[in-house]
Amino acid sequence: MKPKTEAELAEMVAGLNEPVSIKGGGTRGIAGPDAVIDTSELTGVTLYEPGALTLVAKAGTPVAEIEAALDAEGQQLAFEPMDHRGLLGTSGTPTIGGVVSANISGPRRVQAGACRDFLLGVRYVDGMGQVVKNGGRVMKNVTGYDLVKLMAGSWGTLGVLTEVSLKVLPKPEVSATLIVQVPDVTTAIAALSAAMKSPFEVSGAAYDPDIGCALLRLEGFSGSVTYRSDQLKSLLSGFGEVAELDQPGTVWADLRDAGGFHEQSGDVWRISVKPSDAPDIVARIRAERTLFDWGGGLIWALVPVGSDLRAQFGAFDGNANIVRAGSETLAELGRFQPEAAGIAALTNSIRQRFDPRGLFNPGLMG
Amino acid sequence: MEMPTPNPDVLRRKAVVLQRLLQVLPEDAVIHEPSETRAYECDALTAYRCPPMLAVLPSTTQEVSDVLRICNEEGVPVVPRGSGTSLAGGALPTADCVILGVARMNEVLEVDYDNRFIRVQSGRTNLSVTGAVEEDDFFYAPDPSSQLACAIAGNIAMNSGGAHCLKYGVTTNNLLGVKMVLMDGSVVEIGGAHLDSGGLDLLGVICGSEGQLGVVTEATLRILRKPEGARPVLMGFDDNEVAGQCVSDIIKSGIMPVAIEFMDTLCIKACENFSHAGYPDCTALLIVEVEGSEAEMDYQLSKIIEIAKRHNPVELRESQSAEESAKIWLGRKSAFGAMGQLNDYMCLDGTIPVSSLPEVLRRIGEMSEEYGLPVGNVFHAGDGNMHPLILFDANKPGDLEKCEAFGADILKLCVDVGGCLTGEHGVGIEKRDLMSHQYAPADLEAQMAVKDVFDPKWLLNPAKVFPLQASKSRRNARIAAE
Repeated sequence: MKPKTEAELAEMVAGLNEPVSIKGGGTRGIAGPDAVIDTSELTGVTLYEPGALTLVAKAGTPVAEIEAALDAEGQQLAFEPMDHRGLLGTSGTPTIGGVVSANISGPRRVQAGACRDFLLGVRYVDGMGQVVKNGGRVMKNVTGYDLVKLMAGSWGTLGVLTEVSLKVLPKPEVSATLIVQVPDVTTAIAALSAAMKSPFEVSGAAYDPDIGCALLRLEGFSGSVTYRSDQLKSLLSGFGEVAELDQPGTVWADLRDAGGFHEQSGDVWRISVKPSDAPDIVARIRAERTLFDWGGGLIWALVPVGSDLRAQFGAFDGNANIVRAGSETLAELGRFQPEAAGIAALTNSIRQRFDPRGLFNPGLMG
Repeated sequence: MEMPTPNPDVLRRKAVVLQRLLQVLPEDAVIHEPSETRAYECDALTAYRCPPMLAVLPSTTQEVSDVLRICNEEGVPVVPRGSGTSLAGGALPTADCVILGVARMNEVLEVDYDNRFIRVQSGRTNLSVTGAVEEDDFFYAPDPSSQLACAIAGNIAMNSGGAHCLKYGVTTNNLLGVKMVLMDGSVVEIGGAHLDSGGLDLLGVICGSEGQLGVVTEATLRILRKPEGARPVLMGFDDNEVAGQCVSDIIKSGIMPVAIEFMDTLCIKACENFSHAGYPDCTALLIVEVEGSEAEMDYQLSKIIEIAKRHNPVELRESQSAEESAKIWLGRKSAFGAMGQLNDYMCLDGTIPVSSLPEVLRRIGEMSEEYGLPVGNVFHAGDGNMHPLILFDANKPGDLEKCEAFGADILKLCVDVGGCLTGEHGVGIEKRDLMSHQYAPADLEAQMAVKDVFDPKWLLNPAKVFPLQASKSRRNARIAAE
């Protein structure tokens, strides 16, 4: 089913009598066995005001189209959404609705915030086939409950997004990347923390154990970046040799897309933790490769097929979600970290009220 | 302002409820004498008052849990209260309710600079959160005007903002986790020191739910390293439209100021008379502040001044010292006090798309003539969050009603140009009945469905946020069931 308008979609949903998979560009690897509602024809940027830093687009609008429109005005999606195609081996065109549904945020999340922090408003069709709107297109809005946040990262299980409004930001004039040679993960996380708690506004803080380097990104006006880069170099010199990358190229885009894991066999997990817990967490798992982003708060792990990382950790504060695995592993372990009983009762009850017939991506989140 | 009729059954059982609360709380934490409950009869929206049946001041999460469990069993509405600084009536009691104040829970539980968070009890005031970390050059970013007094609990309930959220975001962008007690007494922990939630973003919907989903007793907040410096520039214009265009051009230029504040003639004059900040005599005044090292601030301000000059300002004053910066901010920060000297006032909080600024200011001016009530405008221009201050005389019969009608018209205008009713104060009782202007029945139904999940009996702050007519069947279902 490929609705061309929101009204058509609402009618389709009202008439459904069996579960459906919600699909934007189909690049995020969550397609289920069910019939598909495909939003890729709900497209178009409906409003863009660079002077107000706001953009409104229909859910099926390609991310690339939005980024091109922003680029023309020297602006960008500051939360730096990942492209999953390389990691998952999917094809298709990533849509803004998919980005929002999965709350996809890249390296700049550590400074600028996540997709959900830039989401100002949504329109969606709920499980009864009703059109619902929440939030709006202004940056400050506390009118009623914030269902905007609830929809971000709900992976289509609460409703089918039809339109999203986003806060956008100016593109930095220049960007610089520092690399710090570090002997181990503990030193790496300590170096990243030192940078993040400095006043020098680091907009990317990662560690790649394969090259033994911590990476730090500085963005802004040229003079400012040079100044902060010099300050940071001396601040971090105690952790290891510091240098500025001459040609950073696609290093941050590769990090964003977990480039080192592409075409490597095995399952891929994403673990969200308090940065200082990261060294202990990776010591508890058997991973073939790891990659640390968000100052150590996000761990990517490539592990043997079928590994149950949650069992390997034991109890910990944070969550571990599967990004890539076979259907058997996903069925056995679940894509998302199981919730505590009290929380699960609340989230199941919310899902039941937004989608009482259990139509949308059933079983994906619980 | 209409409020639901107090439930006579609850009022009749006051003694029983009081006895049960005294079994779980120390005697000095339960307030029941009418002369003492009067202290909780209103918040900062002082035009509306009603003493609660009882007030309690628990000191621990366990005590909060006991109170809510008992009230849930007894069918008693509970109105949570932080410091009582709500401008929207968020903490206004009903005669049959228990006020649950979190003021005694004000400890810092954990400070972690490496991971950049602080964990506090929710009764702690906003400014004292920064107070706990500023010796080490850190701060908590959201800075509502009431930050000296307002509690983190209330900040979370209303998703409070402040002057600096253009760069740092509002409460929801700086809140990492909560410990919260549900109406049935169960305690849940949501989020924490890590960044991403695993499942649905419950934290996001709790923030800004106006105390209707649960009582937050502990909060994990993001703290940030203080910038090396901050410096404002003041600029005056002879035309609101030109000032609005200047704001838009600054934003489009790629510079991200931390604050862009706007004041109109009436406010400029009132502030100048009150604080002698040396403001120019003009139609529109902007204060634009940037942050960073000396060189960075020089660079950003030079670009901003270059843009401003293109709009023929009547005044352009870059701060040269900490003293001058303080003077530039002095007038703005005393704006509410200055307006209060002129008369009683009602402070509105609608947000509009920045591009609609000139049109909205013009319409407000016309309505001011029609209603015969003066209005001053002072607001966060970078994000379109307006604060029209309508002057009226509370002692003059009919003036409050006229002021309310004027305020409602301004807020409807904000919605009609693509904005919203409230940018940072919350709906409370003040804007409750205007919600239908912004949201269709299905939109409100979706929000109320969330409350059904957290508080099935609709006992927590039940008469707020939603139009009484819209929430009636849910509130009455509870009373009928008892």
